[in-house]
Amino acid sequence: MELEKIKKKMRSGPVLFSEYKLGEGVKKALQLGRENILFELKDSGLKGRGGAGFPTATKWMLSGASLSDKKFIVCNADEGEPGTFKDRVLLLEYPELVFEGMIIGGYTIGAKEGILYLRGEYEYILKSLEDFLEMLRKDKLLGNNILGNENFSFNITIRLGSGAYVCGEETALIESLEGYRGEPRNRPPYPVNTGYLGHPTVVNNVETLASVPHIILKGGEWFKKHGTDKSTGSKLFSVSGDCDKPGVYELPWGTSIAELLKVVEAKNTKAVQVGGASGICLPKSQFNRVLGYEDAATGGSIIVFNESRNMLKVLKNFMEFFVEESCGQCTPCRIGNIKLLEAIEKIENNDFTFSYINNLKELGRTMQLASKCGLGQSSPNSFISILENFKDEIFGLNGKGKNNG
Amino acid sequence: MVKRENERIPVSQQAHVVDKPKDLTNIGGTVSVQINEKKITVPLGTTILEACQLNQIHIPTLCHHPDLCIAGVCRVCVVEVEKMRTLQTACSFPIMSPIKIKTSTEMVRKARRHIIDLLLSEHYGECYSCFRNGNCELQNLAKEYGVDNYTFGHVQSPRYEVDNSSAAVVRDMNKCVLCKRCVRTCIDFQEVGVLEAIDRGHDTHVGTFLDKPLADVVCINCGQCINRCPTAALRANDPSDEIWTAIDDPKKHVVIQTAPSPRAAIGEEFGQEPGKSFTGELNTALRRIGFDRVFDTNFTADLTIMEEGTELLTRLKKALVDKDQSVKLPQFTSCSPGWVKYIEHFYPEYLDYLSTAKSPQQMFGALIKTFYAKEENIDPADIVTVALMPCAAKKFECNRPEMYDSGFKDVDYGLTTREMAKMIREAGIYLPEMPKSQFDDPFGDASGAGLIFGATGGVMEAALRTAYELITGREVPFENLIIEPCRGFEGVKQASVKLENCVEQYKFLEGVELKFVVAHGTANAKIVMEMLKNGELNDVHFVEVMACPGGCLGGGGQPIPTSAEIRKKRAEAIYEEEATLPIRKSHENTHVTYLYEKFLTDGPCGKLSHKLLHTHYVKRGKYIS
Repeated sequence: MELEKIKKKMRSGPVLFSEYKLGEGVKKALQLGRENILFELKDSGLKGRGGAGFPTATKWMLSGASLSDKKFIVCNADEGEPGTFKDRVLLLEYPELVFEGMIIGGYTIGAKEGILYLRGEYEYILKSLEDFLEMLRKDKLLGNNILGNENFSFNITIRLGSGAYVCGEETALIESLEGYRGEPRNRPPYPVNTGYLGHPTVVNNVETLASVPHIILKGGEWFKKHGTDKSTGSKLFSVSGDCDKPGVYELPWGTSIAELLKVVEAKNTKAVQVGGASGICLPKSQFNRVLGYEDAATGGSIIVFNESRNMLKVLKNFMEFFVEESCGQCTPCRIGNIKLLEAIEKIENNDFTFSYINNLKELGRTMQLASKCGLGQSSPNSFISILENFKDEIFGLNGKGKNNG
Repeated sequence: MVKRENERIPVSQQAHVVDKPKDLTNIGGTVSVQINEKKITVPLGTTILEACQLNQIHIPTLCHHPDLCIAGVCRVCVVEVEKMRTLQTACSFPIMSPIKIKTSTEMVRKARRHIIDLLLSEHYGECYSCFRNGNCELQNLAKEYGVDNYTFGHVQSPRYEVDNSSAAVVRDMNKCVLCKRCVRTCIDFQEVGVLEAIDRGHDTHVGTFLDKPLADVVCINCGQCINRCPTAALRANDPSDEIWTAIDDPKKHVVIQTAPSPRAAIGEEFGQEPGKSFTGELNTALRRIGFDRVFDTNFTADLTIMEEGTELLTRLKKALVDKDQSVKLPQFTSCSPGWVKYIEHFYPEYLDYLSTAKSPQQMFGALIKTFYAKEENIDPADIVTVALMPCAAKKFECNRPEMYDSGFKDVDYGLTTREMAKMIREAGIYLPEMPKSQFDDPFGDASGAGLIFGATGGVMEAALRTAYELITGREVPFENLIIEPCRGFEGVKQASVKLENCVEQYKFLEGVELKFVVAHGTANAKIVMEMLKNGELNDVHFVEVMACPGGCLGGGGQPIPTSAEIRKKRAEAIYEEEATLPIRKSHENTHVTYLYEKFLTDGPCGKLSHKLLHTHYVKRGKYIS
């Protein structure tokens, strides 16, 4: 515990890493009542931190409006995006925020059960989380009649994933919870109507839920002061790659990439992959872009590449990942990713024509539009952005452009 | 009687089961949408695909099938929905608000074309060397979208070994497009659960438990997966080459029996609308192909009624008069080899409830190589018996080791409707233009009771016509012999007839309410078996089960495509033909009477009929070694 206190002290930030006392969020929430919670949440402009950026208040309102007598709140801790590790930090060092977020969510939408879907590889955190839940139960923050409130009982169970990246997609996560193959469902219907076992279910990212107690405690107005108009609050960034100070940083939305690079002390940076393997890759010329839903959106993963990196190899690595992790259910993703990878191999072997490459970029566009879930819809992002932003390096400088024309 | 429709749908699809108001003008029950330039009103929850189909707007589909729940995996049916970031699949999108839909924009066409290109790039082989050439949904899509080259390449060598271990179903996963129709058929529609997607991503393939050969798992051979496969990934085990060889061999006496269902459906293979029987035409065609004799399976269907009916009456007597506790009632029919294998695997402890009577196909085989061989003075070793069946499981059945009671393999080959049509085409015959002809003696034309075996409830109806008359001396109290409660496509039907003023021999049945249950499709069979387990069938006497939806007319060997509508039309064809026949009761079939006089002299369920016409079953269980 001593060590954790030290760790905690090392972190500071405007929202998530600011001061917080256990139980205060839930206490305040129960005083506020459902409507006021939703008001504060809506006022705060909090959007999903997993990457998609759906307004949290709307999600809660939709499932809250359902008359179903059984509802669920699920915390998506299947942190699988290459280059993100911020949820792990939250779960290890700030579990009270995550769990209190779930409790507040349960109270707001009328759910009695919460499930934390923990990434299989995070099994080592399981014990400490279970212990923490036990402590919450002792403190009357969890269980029957929370804090003496007769109308509110809530319980949380933790379930482990089995290592599939796609299970981070909320409907695949629900299928997995139900014991089926981790394959995304058709949407609509959305989980807020028809989720876990057919009941209304809210699936929120760890960081989203962790933001909730702070918003409840300090108000939406306070939260909005951080960040930009369209991206309110702050964000945890998991920074890795070629920099001197990799790690998890809490910075307000609207921070530019150049500023972030300064913070992490990156030198000779050639490219920054924003949003993990499924994100976009930005060259130097675009480092003035700002992090936020309106510009360079990310679930938190920032990977820095310096001048020594071969961008084609970077891209190949990403595509191999998607070929491996596609669930194989829908055509564009199952076969499309393989075709993109084949194209990279052909570029490597200098065995291609530009019309072929253009065909594949078009195919990438189709994958973005027609795939069943976010995996296939975002897997061509790096293919398209790297081939576009680093075409000189890939097709020109290395002498690989001889097929050009 | 038992409504489980919603339960069978996976949770993820339950929201699509919106209760649609019967009255479409009901306020709040409908929603107005704009599809392309057309404004229409549909009930809430209608999918975009349904709305388009109702309005003659064509949307291409591949993984969608009218019999199955929604999958939304092939993505071919994508359309643009205003205000949505991505394209949406028409098959899965329920209309719940007034939306604007565009079905043929540049974006949509390009995406569809890409998806077809991707599927083709992984689809091994060429169309001209494929048995589904001309009846393949992937080929149709390629044609529709003008695919004239392999934009994303084409797989040059097979990735999977063809599984032809099963006597009934052959699986070639190199042709699979992963629409998962077979998976949904096996799991949701038939509730057998042999097939499921295995592995992830590009390695995903449809497979069995631990990828074992189909012959070694709990497959019941119903072949419903074949009927719903859009490509050539699934097919029946085709014996037509062996049959041609037999026909070409002058020493062999090749006879064929034809079941009623193929006759009501084979026209579809020749471009005819479903719902017309080609019995007479088929007889001529078969003779021109070179079969030496053409027999009607309905003859042994009539015989089945005599045997199975006698067995039921014996069981009833034992139970009611002798108070024999060991007698198992209700008696289950045993004509459907898919059903027989289903109960052997899933309910082996209930095998004694099955009638011991063989199916009509196997009875016929045994008679041809004994009675017929003797009558015609032919060495049974030279006789080749072929059975034209609507069924994939019949191929398995004729290969069962129990089916050698004549001293030879009773039925040499089971042939499906599709394979028969192929042979007819190969012989240069256009079936619909054939002159009509009759069946051959000594079995001749059978009764209408045998004919309706093809539809669900048919065996029950035929049995009741005979049993009631034997017991009471009067015709069944239904107008025109049409026993309405047996007809129709409800999953599980239940009804009863009261037995009054019985003849002397059956006085012990006086006042008994003869109760019967009819089920079709193994999903419904499961319901019936669970009812039996729970003691809910204690007062029921006779249960008819057919493994395939709709009965034999929806069998796994029938022409592709299939749908509830097509099956209904086939049933109509069968019932229409039946109404015109002079003899409509099995016990009035003079050829059957002749057989009992001349050959099976100790009567139904006698010693010889037990040897030739009855069989036993195997306790298989669910466990796969």
